[in-house]
Amino acid sequence: MKLLTHNMLMSHVKGVTKGYPLLIKATEVKVNEVEFNPQFVSRMIPKVEWSALVKAAEELGHRQDLPAELLADYEKNEEFLKKVHKVLLEVEVIEGCLQCPESGREFPITKGIPNMLLNEDEV
Amino acid sequence: MDALEKDAQKLQLLSPSVCVEVGSGSGVVSAFLASIVGPSALYICTDVNPEAAQCTKETASCNRVSLQPVVTDLVGSRGIEAAWAGGKRGREVTDRFLPLVSQLLSADGLFYLIAVAENDPEEIIRSLGNYGLTGESCLSTRARNERLSVLRFHRKGT
Repeated sequence: MKLLTHNMLMSHVKGVTKGYPLLIKATEVKVNEVEFNPQFVSRMIPKVEWSALVKAAEELGHRQDLPAELLADYEKNEEFLKKVHKVLLEVEVIEGCLQCPESGREFPITKGIPNMLLNEDEV
Repeated sequence: MDALEKDAQKLQLLSPSVCVEVGSGSGVVSAFLASIVGPSALYICTDVNPEAAQCTKETASCNRVSLQPVVTDLVGSRGIEAAWAGGKRGREVTDRFLPLVSQLLSADGLFYLIAVAENDPEEIIRSLGNYGLTGESCLSTRARNERLSVLRFHRKGT
């Protein structure tokens, strides 16, 4: 599970009002080399919740020196885009879980894929 | 996949940022889409079946594209049977998803839905029409006993 994907996930456990962002508890993390595509990174930046991304990167020890707030004019800043690229696409959680910040419910991550399915009584 | 291939030029011009597949199964459709649209888009593949999600991951790898599988139920269907048996008119799961489409689709976005005759495609088109989406059958074919059509929707006025 890439951090780009994590940024889009939230908990829908019944009764939960603040199910985002999910806390990451990783037991296995991999960093892969992924081809850098500046256009892709520039497109994704406006779509992500920036503080949640920085928090997730920090939880995994891969924040590098990403700023707490998004830089203006990032499209032209290749060095910045490369750092964002690494955090969005290259850091992957292979095993672990995602935890609902409100209910504490854990969603497993198995072989790199998060399982967000709820039980009947949680829907 | 035939419908996507037919629309290849349209899709490349559209250059979407995010593509979502509901019920990705083996992942072939998203992988195929990724081969047409390219690496500048994010491909999210959802499925209620964890094995399908794993398969999607492998399909992506075999085809050298990047897909993001997530095991999740977008519409509150119950269990694995939802993966292949759709209930009355084969529409139980689809019907829960249709109201969400107009909320999710971007201004220029496209929604593709595969349907068999029993699903009553004309009624699906009318139904989504009430949500502000214009649709048509962009491809139809016969496979064994099934008459399949691919329906394509976009926002009215675009």
